[in-house]
Amino acid sequence: MRKHLLLGVLVVLTMTHSSTAQTRAFIGAHIIPIDGQEIEHGTLIIEDGQILAIGSAAEIEIPLGAERHNANGMVIMPGLVDTHSHVGQVEGGDGSAPIQPDVRVIDSINPRDSGFQKAQSGGVTTANIMSGSGHLLSGQTLYVKYRDADVIDDLLILDDDGNWLGGIKMANGTNPRRNAPFPGTRAKAAALVRAEYIKASEYGAKKAEAAKAEEDAPPLHLGYEALLDAMSGKKVVHHHTHRHDDILTVLRLSEEFGFRVVLHHVSDAWKVADEIAAAGAGVSLISVDSPGGKLEAKDNHFKSGRMLEQAGALVGFHTDDGITDSRFFLRQAALAVRAGMSREKALFGMTLAGAEMIDLDDRIGSLTPGKDADFIVLSGDPLSVYTHVQETWIDGERVFNRSNAEDRKYATGGYGTGNDQATFIHLLEREAGQ
Amino acid sequence: MNKVLFAITALLLFHSSSTAQIAVKGDMVYTMAGDPIENGVVLLRNGKIERVGRFDVPSGYEVIEAAVVTPGLIDAHTVVGLAGYLNQPEDQDQVERSAPMQPELRAIDAYNPREALVTWVRGFGVTTIHTGHGPGVLVSGQTMIVKTVGNDVQEAVINPAAMVAVTLGNGARASSGSPGTRSKMIAMLRSELIKAQNYTGEDARDLRMEAFKAVLDGEMRMLVTVERAHDILTTLRLAEEFGIDIVLDSASEAYLVTDQIKAAGVSVITHPTMARHGGERANATFEAASILRGADIPFALQSGFEAYVPKTRVILFEAGVAAANGLSFDEALASITIDAARLLGVEDQIGSLEVGKDADIALYDGDPFEYTTHAIGVIINGKLESTEVR
Repeated sequence: MRKHLLLGVLVVLTMTHSSTAQTRAFIGAHIIPIDGQEIEHGTLIIEDGQILAIGSAAEIEIPLGAERHNANGMVIMPGLVDTHSHVGQVEGGDGSAPIQPDVRVIDSINPRDSGFQKAQSGGVTTANIMSGSGHLLSGQTLYVKYRDADVIDDLLILDDDGNWLGGIKMANGTNPRRNAPFPGTRAKAAALVRAEYIKASEYGAKKAEAAKAEEDAPPLHLGYEALLDAMSGKKVVHHHTHRHDDILTVLRLSEEFGFRVVLHHVSDAWKVADEIAAAGAGVSLISVDSPGGKLEAKDNHFKSGRMLEQAGALVGFHTDDGITDSRFFLRQAALAVRAGMSREKALFGMTLAGAEMIDLDDRIGSLTPGKDADFIVLSGDPLSVYTHVQETWIDGERVFNRSNAEDRKYATGGYGTGNDQATFIHLLEREAGQ
Repeated sequence: MNKVLFAITALLLFHSSSTAQIAVKGDMVYTMAGDPIENGVVLLRNGKIERVGRFDVPSGYEVIEAAVVTPGLIDAHTVVGLAGYLNQPEDQDQVERSAPMQPELRAIDAYNPREALVTWVRGFGVTTIHTGHGPGVLVSGQTMIVKTVGNDVQEAVINPAAMVAVTLGNGARASSGSPGTRSKMIAMLRSELIKAQNYTGEDARDLRMEAFKAVLDGEMRMLVTVERAHDILTTLRLAEEFGIDIVLDSASEAYLVTDQIKAAGVSVITHPTMARHGGERANATFEAASILRGADIPFALQSGFEAYVPKTRVILFEAGVAAANGLSFDEALASITIDAARLLGVEDQIGSLEVGKDADIALYDGDPFEYTTHAIGVIINGKLESTEVR
């Protein structure tokens, strides 16, 4: 907190000299910064898409020329990070093989899907869009920001070299179980995965040897390249898994091949919380209204969050949209708290923990000066059923405003809200100079 | 503190006789018959409500305390008990696909009172469910009204033959054969209803005709699961043609045709508030209940039918979302208690905390709709059936 204030002061000093910057001050809100104590009557200042300062309203000076937003009675917290979503009519690998690491979901997403606008209204600002769990490995995932988008490029999160970011989607248990060439048993599933990672390792070794001997590299193999990215830690493996024994299989394979893993869904997490924590794997949880619906989710329980917290594991959440609707994402944290998880860790799980799971914790997930201005304005406590997301901001742009009738429609549903959008409302507004 | 007190009293109760007289004390008692009572007391005796108000607990009653006391919740339409949580062929009895119209299938012959989903919803305060054959074929069978208690369906059932479940629209389209179109669905129904009009049963009994005749005679209502506005109007037309009582079920586009629904005097068991807005429900809204309230159309909430994960929704959560989307707290609570009872025709027995009604009560440690509040006890027929903190 002290760091915030200091930075705030520095920022205010320098900002009085800035005349061209787009500066906004949100004044009077209850602020939940995630990386520090909640602030009763706080001010958040953003400039040029980034957070400039945060602190108590009494201490933070509003820069000259800043656009003032009265946020009295509101709650401001970082934009939510959904570590596992299927919005955008996303597709991954086809039925030809159980392991398809060369397939990239970026090539399938429809950015005009209304699911994006709905997700904005739920306060989700960043998501990991993935293909399904019907494969052992269904493709490369895509980390996106839910900006107003016409084309896929509008959604991407780029690294310093301009490359889009994403992970690898894997799955075990019953979902990938099918007729050959898919696995028919759990042991076969692990054997297929193991064989593929070994082949990729051998390919990597050949590449290294060739480079050393200054010979021609083996022909480029896109699938193995992706697996090498997993084994080198460049790409995180996002692993669908439910049953306790399947969870341990994932941890075993992760250790064997050195890939970093985030466990997803993890219905039985509460049974093996200590083992998960010891392995250092992140866990992305989902709570649904009732257990079951499939055999391996029959012991799904709200208490997983509490048990994992007690075990010391990194816990995040996801929507798995359309399994749950992005507009109810905050409910995930609330249900975890219902079963004993701390409020602090649950809100951390909705934001910074998720950011950590997709390697973006240096840019998003908390209201820290210098981070992206991704935040939400709520009408009340984030865990209350009565609370609505009033505004969603990404990179300093407001992408959702519940006071706007068109936006509100996507928050509540209604006629036509399931249709693809010709273009995003706010892009139209901006074009019209509004 | 309340929770601790509750745990102690609950423990005591388990060691007492099942015919105990219970006094339920609530910081806030929502009777759903008049204003809520602060520091209210509900006396239960012989399975019925003996007295409700603000008074000192007489001697001889075991006391249970909670922050919030409500009538046991009523789920106006679900399939739990016929649909099981494992979602395997052996626990899915809500739809029989051998023929498109089988109104003779009785819910009581398939209902499993020990099903985990029944226990699950009871743990949140649900004491009565309208369950049975689900959507998925043109006429799937009958429904029933049953309490979420006991191991013997006969002891738990309130109405063994409540409605005949009909589906119209895409949900009723057969994968092969008929009905393949909307018009065919109505043609098939019309044809059966005309046959039933002429059915006497004098030569030979026909169970299917008996069921349709019961609908024509008003003994069973027709529960029509339908989403699109034009299908809703078709339903109203069919009902008028045969003079039958119907209840619109799900009806996610009802908000487009509220005038017509109101004019027809039909009630709506609106779709689960959190139902996925896809397929024929692409135009659904979280404000459906609020819009029906505004149009003065009788309605109740339902957990509905889920084919995958979650296998059922929980009516308590659905009402919470409705309360966050236009209904008042009281209206939302009514939609899963007294209004649901009225819609199902069982308001003389359940749905509110009034003298003489069944002693079905749900206990919470705070605002029941808040996700972070817990259900801490459920009483059915005057007996504490669940003490799990959930």
